Amino acid sequence: MEEARLVQRARQGDFGAFEQLVTRTESKIYGLLLRLVGNPEDARELLQETYLSAYRNLDRFQGNAAFSTWVYRIATNHALMRFRKKNPETVGLDEIPVPTHEEIRERGVSDWDLDPKEAVLQKEIRGLLNRAILDLPPLYRAVVVLRDVEGLSTAETAQALEITEGAVKTRLHRARLFLREALSPHFEDARDDRQGMR
Amino acid sequence: MTRKLSCREILDNLSAYVDAELDPSLCEEIEAHMQGCNPCVAFLNTLKKTVVLVRYSGEPEQVPQEVHIDLHRFLRDRCKDDGPGKES
Repeated sequence: MEEARLVQRARQGDFGAFEQLVTRTESKIYGLLLRLVGNPEDARELLQETYLSAYRNLDRFQGNAAFSTWVYRIATNHALMRFRKKNPETVGLDEIPVPTHEEIRERGVSDWDLDPKEAVLQKEIRGLLNRAILDLPPLYRAVVVLRDVEGLSTAETAQALEITEGAVKTRLHRARLFLREALSPHFEDARDDRQGMR
Repeated sequence: MTRKLSCREILDNLSAYVDAELDPSLCEEIEAHMQGCNPCVAFLNTLKKTVVLVRYSGEPEQVPQEVHIDLHRFLRDRCKDDGPGKES
């Protein structure tokens, strides 16, 4: 049955239809939560909270986006609420350590001698990436996970996080610079042909 | 007459460039700069590789069977008698 029909039936009180919607989307949402919080126990609890909220707020679902996109939004909010509770000072953090243009210029830049699609098949490299993503402050992490891992658009990410599209773009850029910096020591070209920026 | 972009301006716009979210005229300026600036080309390449690495780092996570069972049991217990659209 198509999604819109399932949503309609779930709204009318058909719990079986809601369960079908959950079954269709739970892997995506679990993956998202796992990447946001980094541990399976929290992801499991947040998954339950997320779908309970979705059920209770079904009448607010406009139907102009996919059901999974709407649930992404709820899941991300629940994950951020949990971060706020645990570490209130880190959630709104606006600054992350990324190198300035001057620092990059002084150090020089060299390309990475790797094919990323092949490299990511290595368990060690996936571990390195996941650790670097978890080192990002929560809001930056949420932006990079929604945009670059889950493939949401800038507008959908802005909607999910209730921030402006400009803020999504700024945070995404800084998060990518942070991740590039974390990965550089492992991937920089062994020939060390660094070139200085102007 | 267009002003030549500095490496700093290139750096600030690289993510938007990678995501094809820039005005075509700015893209052209960036590409013109890249013709004569190897460090910016290297930086762009590594930023693109970072994005691809991150994109493919997310292996599809299948919900473990016990998490799936727990979730559906939890929802049946908490939702079934409520009806949808009822905040409590």
